Amino acid sequence: MAKDEDSVGPDPSVTVSASVAIPRVRRRLRWSRWAVTRALGGLSLLGLIVLLIFVGQAKGVTFIRLASLAVWGLTLGAVIALGAIGLTLVYGILRFANFAHGDLMTVGAYIVLLFVGTVLPRGESLAPFSFGWEFLLALPLAMIVTVLIALALEKLIYSPLRRRGSSPAILAMAALGAAFLIRSLVYIIWGGDFHNYYVGIRQALTLPGGIRIRYDQLIILALALLFVFLIYLFLERTKLGKAMRATADNPELARVTGIDVGRVIFWTWALGAAMAAVGGVLLGLDSQVRPEMGWFFLLPLFAAVILGGVGNPYGALAGGLIIGMVQQISTAFLNPAYKPAVAFIVMIIILLIRPQGIFGGKER
Amino acid sequence: MSLLKVEEVTSGYGEMEILHGVSIEVHKGEIVSIIGPNGAGKSTLMKTIFGLLRPTQGRVLFREQEVTGLPPNELVRHGLCYVPQVDNVFPSLTVQENLEMGAFIEEDPKAIASRMAGVYELFPLLRERRRQRVGKMSGGERQMVAIGRALMLNPQLLMLDEPSAALAPKLAEMIFAKIKEINSTGVSLLIVEQNAKESLKLADRGYVLADGRKKLEGPGPKLLTDPEVGRLYLGG
Repeated sequence: MAKDEDSVGPDPSVTVSASVAIPRVRRRLRWSRWAVTRALGGLSLLGLIVLLIFVGQAKGVTFIRLASLAVWGLTLGAVIALGAIGLTLVYGILRFANFAHGDLMTVGAYIVLLFVGTVLPRGESLAPFSFGWEFLLALPLAMIVTVLIALALEKLIYSPLRRRGSSPAILAMAALGAAFLIRSLVYIIWGGDFHNYYVGIRQALTLPGGIRIRYDQLIILALALLFVFLIYLFLERTKLGKAMRATADNPELARVTGIDVGRVIFWTWALGAAMAAVGGVLLGLDSQVRPEMGWFFLLPLFAAVILGGVGNPYGALAGGLIIGMVQQISTAFLNPAYKPAVAFIVMIIILLIRPQGIFGGKER
Repeated sequence: MSLLKVEEVTSGYGEMEILHGVSIEVHKGEIVSIIGPNGAGKSTLMKTIFGLLRPTQGRVLFREQEVTGLPPNELVRHGLCYVPQVDNVFPSLTVQENLEMGAFIEEDPKAIASRMAGVYELFPLLRERRRQRVGKMSGGERQMVAIGRALMLNPQLLMLDEPSAALAPKLAEMIFAKIKEINSTGVSLLIVEQNAKESLKLADRGYVLADGRKKLEGPGPKLLTDPEVGRLYLGG
């Protein structure tokens, strides 16, 4: 045998075991580091929420007020989650930051504004809600139109760029351009004014314990959570949903495996844009419809995506809910104008402590 | 019968030519091993066969049909499956989901179920861990998932790029035993390995690649004792 080894050169088993010992130790180190940073990331978030509550208490904010804010935060969080899902999937599968994603939300909100009162005449409002049936009918129409716009952008801009082998930076810049384009079109068509879907007094409900919430907010919470749940079911149960997660995980391997990546990309845009539209419409129903609404919403969207791990759709859903809560609770003692700053701080903390997100995403 | 025939293939990355006219062949039922020092062009050859790189010259024939430069999602339909050396699993998916993705182009749920049962029979550990996310599994377990995934399409030819890389000797031995077992079910295998000794012991035939050229070929056991192999390996 010894002769054999000589003739084959360095004994492979020796080199293998020597080279294996090091990665093994390294892996163990990486694992413990992984666990520690994950725990740190999770703890610092929990700490942040507890801190927010304490500061709130110290400032004399009542528990009821904090509870109300938490409920509203859940609502805002579910809307963020709807926007973040498309952003994270596009990043995972196509590897670029789609800066136009927020503006897809704006488009969705404006399409409802376009349909309600024109194609769909305003009927009786569904008391105690502020809106009528026509609003609920306009929602799927807005989803369809937004999906068509996203697919048009893919066909006209992103797909040709990718075929030319453009870098992710170029794609992101193209997306930034698309964002400006969409917003300009919104300004041209609808002007710079703020709009409300419905005017008049919005009725509120007092929950046991004195938490006050508008009826509209209840439907926003219900619809947003419903869609979040549907996305979850889609990703977890359907073949296409699993293929989307697989492709976001590892696009090259998806190709090698025989997954029809082109089809996955198509449906990723469709899902992402449809959910962005729902998010935009619900945001518009909660406050107003304005040309910059989606653009300003990008920050919490990115915060949610990074918090959940870039490219991890489940992470984006959970990250959205967390960011929404933190943002809303902070208004107990901070001027609400600082809400974006709160999202930004959470994003920076995560990037410093655990850049791959607390739910694990692409490590880079 | 010749299952895979690579004729005078020249290929590389962009301007950089790595393979300079390499020809190899895999017959039905064979295990064929490609060995060679680092940078010999072994992985480049695999990627070129599997349509991840386009050859600038030469042809690839699979079952007497030209498949040169066909994209991977076409090749898997011809019965050719490939396990890359690194990043060969979907880490955020469970074991079972990884296997399901392996059978993405298969529409018949019965076929999928029976193949999955076959993979679990080959790797019983995977059945136990089928709900676990692969990202949390060890290197050896990941390799099982990767091979299992590639078997989900019932390939005629399975291409493995360094299946024992970064595995402890015991695990590498286990993977080699499984390769033999897969071969006994009628699947032909084309394997690229740095672990020359083990892979030549296993192989019906072997090729030695160096500097992007085929240097030697012959039956596995014969290459194992060829002094020329050692010389090439040491880069002499």
